[in-house]
Amino acid sequence: MIRLAGVRYRAGQFRLDEVSFSVPTGSYGVLMGRTGCGKTTLLEIICGLREAEAGSVVIGDREVASEPPGRRGVGYVPQDGALFPAMRVREQIAFALRLRRWPRADIEARVAELAEQLGIVHLLDRRPAGLSGGEGQRVALARALSARPAVLLLDEPLSALDDETREQTGELLKEVQRRQGVTALHVTHSLREAEQLADVLLRMEAGQVTVAR
Amino acid sequence: MAVPREAKRRVSGLWIALALVTAAYLTLVLGMLIATAAHSPPGSLLHALSSREIRFAIQLSLLTSTLSALLSLAVAVPIGYLLARGRFRGKPLLDAALDIPIVLPPMVVGLCLLILFQTPLGRLVERAVPFTYTVYGIVLAQFVIAAAFAIRTMRATFDHLSARPEDVALTLGASRARALWSVTLPAASRGMLAAAGVAWARSFGEFGPILVFAGATRLRTEVLPTTVWLELSVGNLEAAVAVSLVMVIAAMLVLTTIRAAGERA
Repeated sequence: MIRLAGVRYRAGQFRLDEVSFSVPTGSYGVLMGRTGCGKTTLLEIICGLREAEAGSVVIGDREVASEPPGRRGVGYVPQDGALFPAMRVREQIAFALRLRRWPRADIEARVAELAEQLGIVHLLDRRPAGLSGGEGQRVALARALSARPAVLLLDEPLSALDDETREQTGELLKEVQRRQGVTALHVTHSLREAEQLADVLLRMEAGQVTVAR
Repeated sequence: MAVPREAKRRVSGLWIALALVTAAYLTLVLGMLIATAAHSPPGSLLHALSSREIRFAIQLSLLTSTLSALLSLAVAVPIGYLLARGRFRGKPLLDAALDIPIVLPPMVVGLCLLILFQTPLGRLVERAVPFTYTVYGIVLAQFVIAAAFAIRTMRATFDHLSARPEDVALTLGASRARALWSVTLPAASRGMLAAAGVAWARSFGEFGPILVFAGATRLRTEVLPTTVWLELSVGNLEAAVAVSLVMVIAAMLVLTTIRAAGERA
């Protein structure tokens, strides 16, 4: 579950006012809003990369507002994927697991499982340079899911893809989300994406979030 | 018969102008080098290399430049990262202060170092490590200037590397230091080689501050630029030219190696 209650944030002209919403465990939430309305900022507040002035952020059944990003149990896929430039795909997916000191065999098994599900087995020994947009997004997704986070945060994961890849990646997202049993919050400006994917549809406007469905 | 479209494409006047400027500058640089090489009689290079003083100067130059390049890199990486990622008050001031060694006339840097080590604090340091008129002084004089250039290079490198991957690493459980170490530094390896290359070249060619701060004692603090100056000052143009050639060759070898390493990185 993701639950925000009374989250306030201000930076210059930009502000979030008493943002409250929730996405139930295991569902796929889509947050829609125009470009520049603060969707990314909201995701960063949920992952702990930005600190809200006030309010509560609950992930799973834990209040995490004062926890550092790494202890919140989130997997984050930023807009451009933000792959680690010098690391092979295999190492990127294993990164969180190595930090958690998983045994080597478990790491290999988890990397293989995710690579299989996301169709990136053939990319495991490549570095990010030269991967296509869709491939990069799938790697970023595998990396975010590796340590079995409770929540997956996706920032415009499909916006840089061509039409055909977008359709396929959208389906893949939903399928992987179900199989991994993770709660997702997907941010987009595209109504079509929202309709294709959302169990819970949220709208963001003028610093407020409302439930549309 | 119709001429294929591509054959009709004209070379833009802009490209011709750009090529001309490049050619003119390159002619000047290569002309200098070729004239210098042609000026020295065939045997003079070997003759110069057979001199014990010059062999000492070659070794000292290579050693001190390499040390100061490594030291420069060691400070340029953290400072460049701080400037690129940090947001704090007084940053423009810090930025300007770090340019001081670049804008100061080199000779003045040497003089300032000399004066610094005459202060009570400087004298205290000299009791542990004597800098004035020693090899340590050569490295310090090179480092002060070379580090400023290396810092510029590292800052530009980190500015060009997005902070997003580091953010992702934080969400995956890494500490800030771990994110820097595992994600950003490996991605900055080319920049580090470039910074080391700039610092090395600066150090290798540095003359003024070394002359003032470390002196020009043969077989003690004589580096290659000092040799050129010493030989010129006694009217031995032939040896000065030969040593200059040695410098050109050594610099080209080292910088080509660094560049090749950069291509592989």
